[in-house]
Amino acid sequence: MAVSLVLNGKPVELDVEPDVPLLWAIREAAGLTGTKYGCGMALCGACTVHLDGRAIRSCVTPVRSVVNMPITTIEGVFGTLAQAVLHSWEKLDVSQCGYCQPGQIMSAIALLKRTPVPTDDEIDAAMSGNICRCGTYVRIRAAIHEAASTHRG
Amino acid sequence: MSPGKNSVALDRRQFLKAGSSTAVGLVVGFWLPQRSGRFAEAQVGVEERVFAPNAFVRVAPDNVVTIISKHCEAGQGIHTGLATILAEELDADWTQMRVESATANRALYKNLQFGSQATGGSNSIPNSWEQYRRAGATARSLLMSAAAKRWNVPEAELLADSGIIKHELSSQQATFGELAEAAASVPLPAEVTLKNPKNFKLIGAVRLPRIDCKPKTLGTAVFASDFSLPRMLTALVARPPRFGAVVRGFDAAAAKAVPGVTDVVQISTGIAVVANAFSAARHGRNLLHIDWDESNAEKRGTPELVADYRALLAQPGAIARRDGDCAQALARSARTLTADFEYPYLAHTPMEPLSAVVRLAANQCDIWTGDWSISGIQDDAVRITGLKQEQILIHSLYGGGSFGRRGGDASQAVEVAKAIGGRVPVKLLWTREEDIQTGPFRPMYLHRLTAGLDEQGSLIAWQHRIVGQSVLADDPGFIVDGIDITSVAGASNIPYDIPNILVDLHTPALRIPVDQWRSVGDSHTAFSVETFLDDVAHTAGKDPYQFRLELLSKDPRNKEILQLTAPPPMRQSLFAKFPRDRQVMQLAAEKAGWGTSLPPGKGRGLAVHYSFQASLAYVAEVTVALDGSIKVDRVVCAVDCGIAVNPDVIRAQVEGGVAFGLGAILSSTVTLKQGRVEQSNFNDYRVLRMNGMPKVEVYIVDSGESPSGIGEPTVPPIGPAVSNAIFAATGKRVRTLPLSSAT
Repeated sequence: MAVSLVLNGKPVELDVEPDVPLLWAIREAAGLTGTKYGCGMALCGACTVHLDGRAIRSCVTPVRSVVNMPITTIEGVFGTLAQAVLHSWEKLDVSQCGYCQPGQIMSAIALLKRTPVPTDDEIDAAMSGNICRCGTYVRIRAAIHEAASTHRG
Repeated sequence: MSPGKNSVALDRRQFLKAGSSTAVGLVVGFWLPQRSGRFAEAQVGVEERVFAPNAFVRVAPDNVVTIISKHCEAGQGIHTGLATILAEELDADWTQMRVESATANRALYKNLQFGSQATGGSNSIPNSWEQYRRAGATARSLLMSAAAKRWNVPEAELLADSGIIKHELSSQQATFGELAEAAASVPLPAEVTLKNPKNFKLIGAVRLPRIDCKPKTLGTAVFASDFSLPRMLTALVARPPRFGAVVRGFDAAAAKAVPGVTDVVQISTGIAVVANAFSAARHGRNLLHIDWDESNAEKRGTPELVADYRALLAQPGAIARRDGDCAQALARSARTLTADFEYPYLAHTPMEPLSAVVRLAANQCDIWTGDWSISGIQDDAVRITGLKQEQILIHSLYGGGSFGRRGGDASQAVEVAKAIGGRVPVKLLWTREEDIQTGPFRPMYLHRLTAGLDEQGSLIAWQHRIVGQSVLADDPGFIVDGIDITSVAGASNIPYDIPNILVDLHTPALRIPVDQWRSVGDSHTAFSVETFLDDVAHTAGKDPYQFRLELLSKDPRNKEILQLTAPPPMRQSLFAKFPRDRQVMQLAAEKAGWGTSLPPGKGRGLAVHYSFQASLAYVAEVTVALDGSIKVDRVVCAVDCGIAVNPDVIRAQVEGGVAFGLGAILSSTVTLKQGRVEQSNFNDYRVLRMNGMPKVEVYIVDSGESPSGIGEPTVPPIGPAVSNAIFAATGKRVRTLPLSSAT
């Protein structure tokens, strides 16, 4: 079966069953491995991608439900906000093992898009669906504040 | 992660001997740019050249300096650490440094404490410290000699700095890259001089960017679960529903009928379903009919196990520590306290579930993995495939977290590859459910502590009994007189000046698989010791900080100890160098404002603990709401881990250790019902999330001592510091973990 997606701005035809989770279509069929499997049940956020700019959990999203809709993965983020987030992540050396970080970054970009200057409580609310077992939360929080401040200039 | 030899001092002759066979590595290595790209080649499926670097550093003509890391990077920052150490002695510029993972070659890349190629026990920095310094200094010496020869000037007139060698008198200079080819023909120096630590520029630098930061930020870092090869298939294994169950038979017909499923094969750990995609493999696995023989399986639940352990708490165990006469001192105590503690089984749940890719051919087996036990996997692969050790090539990728897990499970992928006749490469994945339900786990433990105070309120007797499985049961060399040191570490070596001490241990053998979990024994012993000590202080009417200061006023290494059971190599490091424990505690107390008042509902708690040769003290501040819910607001941490190679990595490890330990004591547990694990994913195996993360302040003691590790010792103090803070706020003590089980 071929499923049509708009992945990182480009239309693609992927040879997957329609009920396969978007996560596996992205990883296995499209070969984009920045989006990670962590739980398969929308409990950890490692698989976070953007659907039309909103953060969604690709591990519980059947690929048929997003046909021809714009999906963005960590490999496809662009724009000044995304650059500010990536830059602050590097500046503060947020990553340890790094496995959850693409998902964290996708959640952070989506948060800053709707809440340009979030408080700690707003960060907690938006980011608590993304687990980091290395415990980089202190730096994720700091990096979101940093990105908010640099992006606003 | 097993404790190994402590004498890590690298024999200089040994290095130079290795150096002359690898002189090629080091010297010829200067001039082998084609050696890079092993990984890129594999990805595009080009026939791979055997990549066997035999040294720790290469300098390429393009001025890139590549260090070979013998240790696996799973987030702890070891690639950055080893690059820093080597670059320091080489006088390289940080921006020219790259890191490549060593292939399996235990002669060259063994952990000098373990004797095998493995990463763990927070000993990566200490065992590599002198080795990588010497490798950097040797490379620098060769480059300097090459420059002196080229310019015909005395070597003593040359300076090396930031990757450039200069002769100021003749205004000549050259980059390392420009000298690389010439350096390749310079004979190895007989001697190299290591820097005086006060001249370090990179080691200890406040801000040295992590070497793995960019790819991990952009999502381009490759983990084993991301790695793929042409024609590769994906496998999942159906594992026993109870520990000790074995396959009696299975019906694969329905599984094989799933589109995409190619093979259903039996391996040592269960039945593997092999398919062209993850979803097909999972669908096929769901349709397997397996007849499990559970006659030898563990069928007890957690309440039954706790009852069995509790019975053992009443009986004397194998003695781990004995000072004075504890029974006699308790008998004459004016006041005694006793308390029981329960610690649950815990899963590691690294964010990347286990994974490995294997390509098996007639005369070669390639394994791509983030596992830390390189020699162990290689030995397993030899046993499984019948190939020779040198035919097993291990490509060490980033590990997506470890915490003690991700040891040698890659060998199961070798079994699958063999079972399908090596027809195509295979990726073996674990689902989160398997990760949580199949172990190995941090063992469950029960503790009983009893303390005796004399008429003046002085602590004269301390008895600590521990019941729990041994994580080193398979490694009898480390079990001494019935004591697995990792079951009692942090309990048998308490530094406190108590005249009568008795620590004993029961080690029941169960079918439940157990292994080391970040900080190992100290993950539970520190909680018992440091919270019970607080209880004793309150009973004696003393401030917990002042009470500890009194008990830490003498060097425990000078105390008369009748018995302290430990493997000989560990005996030298059972206690911190005096008075490191005391100093970190004073530093943490000072920075946290110990003794200042807090509003009602808030409390402050202190814990100090030495493990893995590092001393740490934490002061936690908590708020306990009227409904009993706990919020940890702030943790002030003081650390002495010797010379701080990368202060920012150390800070990150402390922040992470606080999060890891805090999640566990607040809410993580693995329980059994009739032998089956009750938890299955992050909904019921709960870990810390952003909304539970406190502010963390880290203070690193300035030290000139050789560095210890930092990954593991960051975990033990957080639990007791928080428990002590809750007690300060509420007067209540919970001794059954996780704390959430009490609400």
